[in-house]
Amino acid sequence: MKQIIQISGFLALKEIWRNRSRFLLVSLVIALITLLVLFIAALGEGLGNGNREYISKLDAELITYQSKSDFLIAASRLSKDRLAAIRRVDGVADVGMLGTANATLILPGDVEPLKVALLGVQPGHTGEPAVVQGQQLGTDLSDEVIIDKNTALRSDLQIGENLTIRVTQGTKDEFYTLRIVGISDGQQYSLQPSVFVPFYAWDRIKPKSEAEINSSNPVANVILVKLIDPEAIEEVSANIAAQVNNVETATLKEAIQALPGYSAQQSTLNLQGGFTLFIGVLVIGGFFQIQILQKVAQIGVLKAIGTANPIIAMASILQIVVVTMVGVAIGGFMTFLFSLSFPPTVPIVFNGTTTAVAIIALLMIGPLSGLVSTRYAVRIEPLKALGLS
Amino acid sequence: MMNTYALETENVTKTYQSESGVINAVDEVSLQVKPGEFVALVGPSGSGKTTMLSILAALLKPTSGKVILDGQDLAAMNEKDRVAMRRNKIGFTFQANNLVPYLSAVENVELMLRLNGRLDKTGKIRSRELLARLGLAERLHNLPGQMSGGQQQRVAIARAMIHNPSLVLADEPTASLDTERAYQVVETFAGLIHEQNRAGIMVTHDLRMCEYVDRVFQMRDGKLVQIYSTKSEIMELVKGRHD
Ligand SMILES: Nc1ncnc2c1ncn2[C@@H]1O[C@H](COP(=O)(O)OP(=O)(O)O)[C@@H](O)[C@H]1O
Ligand SMILES: [Mg+2]
Repeated sequence: MKQIIQISGFLALKEIWRNRSRFLLVSLVIALITLLVLFIAALGEGLGNGNREYISKLDAELITYQSKSDFLIAASRLSKDRLAAIRRVDGVADVGMLGTANATLILPGDVEPLKVALLGVQPGHTGEPAVVQGQQLGTDLSDEVIIDKNTALRSDLQIGENLTIRVTQGTKDEFYTLRIVGISDGQQYSLQPSVFVPFYAWDRIKPKSEAEINSSNPVANVILVKLIDPEAIEEVSANIAAQVNNVETATLKEAIQALPGYSAQQSTLNLQGGFTLFIGVLVIGGFFQIQILQKVAQIGVLKAIGTANPIIAMASILQIVVVTMVGVAIGGFMTFLFSLSFPPTVPIVFNGTTTAVAIIALLMIGPLSGLVSTRYAVRIEPLKALGLS
Repeated sequence: MMNTYALETENVTKTYQSESGVINAVDEVSLQVKPGEFVALVGPSGSGKTTMLSILAALLKPTSGKVILDGQDLAAMNEKDRVAMRRNKIGFTFQANNLVPYLSAVENVELMLRLNGRLDKTGKIRSRELLARLGLAERLHNLPGQMSGGQQQRVAIARAMIHNPSLVLADEPTASLDTERAYQVVETFAGLIHEQNRAGIMVTHDLRMCEYVDRVFQMRDGKLVQIYSTKSEIMELVKGRHD
């Protein structure tokens, strides 16, 4: 075995080195494919993250929706009595109301207004993000906000400063001024940076239709549920279904899949990534197949002078692996250089796992596409060396 | 009894099925070659020379008959054992595309030792010495593409002999060379075979090349029809016809 690797390694590397410009060209094609695949993966991660970030970081296991809301947060309405009912269910540690809305931040100076997700959460309860700087929200009624890192980055607002929110209520634009007490890590929701306000303040400032303005009963979209035992998801969600009327529960994973456009977007990007990999398989496979066809006589000679088939096969695979690895390395480095020049507002996130999966997939396309040519190489008759069939 | 032959065949036959019926490409050929003996295989086109050489080279299994090399029957071996025989008991030169194009002259020669797991310091020195002996001292690190046809043939000869094989086979070694180079190559080849005591077989179209061989086997229609064994018989053949 050791000898097989030694000899095949010698042959494979010598051939690459003596034809390095040709092999480098193939590696560069692989590098470009790598660049494309990694960017598609990063875009998928960035867009997906922009959609789900707040939900995926929740310190809760279940989300309770109004029944028949199809797990659409914006379409769900739950009043305060549901909150009390859910809190009483066995296994529930904490509950928190969540209200979602869109709003616009009016920024000082000539800066463009910033569209944000206006999220109403209950101070001290699940749903309120932990601050990385400053303080948590005070009371349910206070005029305080926590802004997420993305809002802070794009608005340049600091802790202690006031922030002005513009919302449309009925037919009028209303302006509210709130004081920033804390900044959380990234908590995007619905592809927007987030602003967290105490729930009752949210209820007061959220955009309302003419009809809603006069109704005084505060209504949340969904209720977040934190469990005593995070493992007991199924049990508790069955309890909620049995004990609370007109609600349905989803795990965070289900809730994320149900976010508007989320699944469609992710599957589109996955398809694009997969397709790019497939093109890679065809390109590399095509190159090595053509190369093998040109090498029939020379492989015939190698076999005729007693080179065993495992050496021929191993040399062919090694060559493909080396060319692919060099290509992926160059492509990875190019991706890294490109990513440095991207502003933070571009939804491109190089997540370790996603990138690793993409790189493994890229490294696999070489050997995969080389199967045909390797098989062909093994089947070449040594008689070819004598110019016979 | 002691086996005095390096190579011995017994009624070797190779049959091909074709549209026009059965062809005996090689028909009941029995021959013997001693160590240190250089023989030529001649005959008109289609007479079975290449087929016979392929069988002797353990590249092709005969339909029937025996091919005894160093006491072992190649015809009875499986593919794996035949590959091993080709690697350590047989040396080859081919008509064209002889060398591995991405290996230098010395790397091509060393490859034979490498394949046998025998490439050590002595092996490297011997490879260089053998190439120098063949007039290629200045060409050790040239790629085949940078050498002339005659130089490539000489590298191929070095490769065919470096691992001390019992049998050295050459298929039309002079086909792509001009007359002067052709004589040179065959003369060196013959010299090495005699000196190192190998059994050498050369297939050739060019009867003039038989000047350097010890015996000539003539084939026709797959059969071994004539053996020229004495110097005078051979010289008559060399001078008689040029085909
Ligand atoms: N693979 C094959 N299939 C069918 N017929 C073959 C095959 N190889 C050789 N032959 C036939 O066997 C005969 C001998 O061929 P060959 O050994 O090539 O002769 P030479 O080398 O003396 O020209 C020819 O008639 C040729 O057509
Ligand atoms: Mg022939």
